Parts: sequence; C-alpha cells; structure tokens
Amino acid sequence: MKIIVCVKQVLDTAATIQIENGAVVSPGSSRIINPYDEFAIEEAVRIKEKNAAAEITILSLGPEGFNDAIKKALAMGADKAVHLLDRKFDGLDSYAAAKILQRYIASVPHDLILCGKQAVDVDMAQTGAMLATFLGIPFVTVATRIEFAADFQNAKITRQVEGGSEVRELPLPLLVTCQKGLNEPRLPSLKGIMAAKKKAVLTLSAADLGVDDGDINIADNRIVQENISLPAPRKKGRILAANEAAEEKVAAELVQILRDEEKII
Amino acid sequence: MNANTSWQVFGVVIEHDAAGVKPVSLEMINAARKLADQISATVVAFYLCRDDGGGDDGNATATQRRQLAAEEKVADALIQNGADEVRFLTHPDLNIYIHENYSFALMRQLEKSRADYLFLPATNNGKELSAVLSAKLGVGVATDCVALSVSGDGDVAAVRPVFAGKALATVRFRGKTPHILTLRPNIFRGTDPAAAVPRRGEIFREDVALPEFSHQAQRLVKKAASQLDITEARIVVAGGLGMQSPANFKLLEELAEVLGAAVGASRPVVDNGWREYSNQVGQTGRTVSPDLYIACGISGSVQHLAGMSSSRCIVAINTDAHAAIFSVADYGIVGDVIKVVPALTHEFRKVLAA
Repeated sequence: MKIIVCVKQVLDTAATIQIENGAVVSPGSSRIINPYDEFAIEEAVRIKEKNAAAEITILSLGPEGFNDAIKKALAMGADKAVHLLDRKFDGLDSYAAAKILQRYIASVPHDLILCGKQAVDVDMAQTGAMLATFLGIPFVTVATRIEFAADFQNAKITRQVEGGSEVRELPLPLLVTCQKGLNEPRLPSLKGIMAAKKKAVLTLSAADLGVDDGDINIADNRIVQENISLPAPRKKGRILAANEAAEEKVAAELVQILRDEEKII
Repeated sequence: MNANTSWQVFGVVIEHDAAGVKPVSLEMINAARKLADQISATVVAFYLCRDDGGGDDGNATATQRRQLAAEEKVADALIQNGADEVRFLTHPDLNIYIHENYSFALMRQLEKSRADYLFLPATNNGKELSAVLSAKLGVGVATDCVALSVSGDGDVAAVRPVFAGKALATVRFRGKTPHILTLRPNIFRGTDPAAAVPRRGEIFREDVALPEFSHQAQRLVKKAASQLDITEARIVVAGGLGMQSPANFKLLEELAEVLGAAVGASRPVVDNGWREYSNQVGQTGRTVSPDLYIACGISGSVQHLAGMSSSRCIVAINTDAHAAIFSVADYGIVGDVIKVVPALTHEFRKVLAA
C-alpha cells in the first residue's frame, strides 16, 4: 500500500504578522508543519502500524526552508520524502500547486493520498480536492475518522459537515483531506529523529517533472492578489466591571446595551 | 451602466438541508444582486434536488403536489431576495449532496447559462464543490470571501481573510469563466425583502441526466442529527479554561438556548477533551463571524483572536482585567464567568420573554 502525504510548511499559528511591501512578515517567528498536514502524517503512520506493507512518502512543494517540515515528518515515521523544489514554483495558487503535485503523483504508484483540509496561511481549502480531481480518483474532504476494510481495498470515512457529520464508503485509490479530531499527532521520538537523518529525500525540479516555462508557472495562476492589509483595529471597548457591582446589575446593563444600542437581540 | 457588460450572469448555487434553504444561500443571492444592480447583470439561482414533484399534469400525487408547493415557496424566497431566475435541477440522486453528482449536474448548466461568476457558500460542502468545479473547468476560486466589489467593466474583486483573519487579501480573477467565489456565512445579510416592492422572476425546472460513476461503490451511509453550527450561528457563546470544568459548560448551553446560539470553545478546552473539536474557534479550528460573540473565561490567544475578531459585536467575560480578549471586546465584564453567565441567562430570558 503506497501512501503519499502532502505537506506544507507554514508560519507558526502563534505568530503575529505585519505587512511589508505587500507581503506578510513575522520577524523571528518559527515555521511549522501545517497543523492539518500533521493529522495526515499521523494517520499515515498509524495505518502503517496496522499494515506493515504500507510505505509512506512525504510530498512537499515549496522552497528550501521546507526541509525542516520534511525532516519532522520523516521523524514522525514516514519512510521517504520527495521535495518539489524550483524557484518557478514560488507564488503558485491552489490550482497551479495541485497541477504540479498531480504531475509527480501520476508518475508513481499511489493507493492513498492524505492532505490537510487546508493550509492555515492562505486558507483556501482547495488543493486536496483539486489534486484528486486532476488525478481522476475519488476523494473525501474534512475527514475526522478513517477506517479500512481488512484488505485495505475500501475505506469508510467520516467527514464533518456544518452541524453534524456524514459517513462515506469508497474504494482505493483515494484522496482524503484531514481535519482536527482525526487523531493526536505524536511528537517525534529521539529514535525517530535519528532514523530520519538516514531517510532519502529526493529533490525534483520543474525540469525533472517535465514542466517547462510555458507550462505551469505563476503566469497560470487563476487568482491574483492585488492587495493585502491588516484588518482595521476594533474600536476601544467599554468595561462593565462586575467586581465592583452585583452580577445582576452588570448583566442587566449589558443586556440593555445589546438590545437598545447594538440591536442584536 | 455599461452596455458591453449587460450580458453578465451571476450564478448562485443554493445550499439547503432538511430545514430548508440555508440562510447563507439568501445571503449569496443578496450579495450577487448588489453587484448585479451596479452593472445590470442577471442573478441565476441553481437549486439541486430530487424529482418527486414531476410536472403537475393533473395526475400528480399528494407527495408531488407538496413538493411543487415547497419549490414554489423556495423560488419565491429566492426571487424576493434578488434572483432573476431560479433553476431547479432534479434527479433522484440529487436528494443529498454528493460532490460527484452535484458537480456533474452543474457543469452542464454553467455551460448553458454562460455564468461569468459563480457563488457557493463557504461551507465544507461549498468549498469542496468549488474545488471540483475549478479543477474540471480550469477556472479560479476565491474561498471564504467577506467583501465584494465590481468595477464598471464587470470585474469582481473579493476580499478574503488569510492566516485565519490576521490579514485580509484582495484578489481578482484571471483566465476562463466562471470565476468561483465562496462566501462566508453571516456576512452578506440583506434587508428584509418583505419591506421592498415585490420582485418578479422566472422559474425553470429541468431533469438532469447523471452518469454511472466508475466508483459508484461510494455511498452516503448516514448523517448525524443536525445541530446549529458555530460558523452559521448568529450568536456564538464560547468558553475557555476559565469555565473550570466540562460540567460548567452547562451554564453556556443554557445561555445559548435562550439566545438561539451555538456553543464554541477555545483550543485548550478542546485539547482537554471537554468539548468536541468541531466547536473549536481559532486558527486551527473554525473561523466565525457572528453578530454577537460572547467569550466566557477565554484569555484570548493569538490563534483564538484571529478566529473570532471579525464578529460584529464581542462581549468578553474574564476575571483577569489584563486578558488579551479585552483588546478586541466591545464590552468587557471583569468578573467570574460562573457567576456572570447565569445572571446573563436570567436577564436575557426576562427581556426576550417580554
């Protein structure tokens, strides 16, 4: 069973950001594996624990700095990694990124592809479903539970929908995007970190993938970012101190404000 | 008004469930109408459903007549909110959302209607469907838009939060149409159409053909009972570690019940297993923009603030007067949530009953 996990590196979610020259900056902040991709890596490792024949490849599309994310994914228990690395890949939108990922995946055996449900930087939530559509394989998004038949030929997947969940059964090959609740990602063990140093990371350029200049590059982006800004600061709030007054009095004041001034209730 | 753009078509895919048309669907119609009025475009609503109704040729069963009456009601609501055309696309397999069926049925319609822009809700299903349509049609998608504008020549620009709302990006589309936008619930609410002059619109009904998918083995097994989702609720009552124990969330549930609100939670609460992950508000949870967000015992991490600070009105209750949550709150109560929340519940109940 060949499992491919797509991994993106993102800015730490604890980071505060600024805008400089039309770009997001966060000096001194660390980079992390996209939290939803971590659920995907963990799920792959758990499948391998149940199915020794499984082989996990980490697939990452991004600049050199993504090495850190790739190393951590290998330390968590993936077998090998493929890094799609080329300056031509900078600034791709979801569509173009999914096309590049497809180019690689279509060239290798794949039974299960796991992605995060979205990257917490651009927040598009598109790449996984686009990738599956380009590959022509079934997929389920926003999964919170994945169960396999004994022969690993079919999967039963619970996905989140607003106000509930639904269950779908699908045959492999299959792509699933992962949501929080699926599992609790492990921290890499010291043994895992040592083992990761010896695991193979294959680096492929645009040329290696057979992607030429006129083919897939930023000129094919369907979405162009025209401007980026910080949200307007919220106006300064009013403090209704309950410490100095009875809760009943403060509650009455707030409810009256929400009704008469804010007109919310 | 530009004569060259009078042919523009804004398509809207209506999301609905057992309870009827979702509020976000009317919000999409409203948003599309506002743009369309500026460039004299047409708003076309696509409503995919099963075909119990059939044509009313006098032999319709009671079930069919009921469905037809229901469809008329739906069409009227969509038209009064701003649709020029309502297109019912019917097939037995369209009774529930499955992306393979929905995308197939829509592809044909998009060709026929020559939609320039297509609006879908920024729900889990809407975002999934937008990705499939984008990949199949080779067109761009902007997810989770919170503001829209249209230029004189009919180009739509969209503002969408990135980094869970820590920044706002303005994007435009390039290349083939329809350009696809998914709109965040609760943002594009319009005025009550009942107050306006009644609008007229056309209603079409079409049985669509669906292929046998090669992976037909897939099927929907069950859908869990529906509850109000935090991303769709008008009011969210959220609790943090300051609630002290999972049992104390009962206080928030009582407040939520009085307000018709959904109960959210901070990440530490979810990681402790006190509440379900689907209720987590923040950058690694769900981003919400309700009319009213009541943060109870939440200190306000960077990730949490990102996920809720676009709410219209924010109330924070916390014992620590220096908690970061107060920096985004419109109204702050420095006090013990365990005492303040029941007092609020009591007061809201009294006022709402009056």
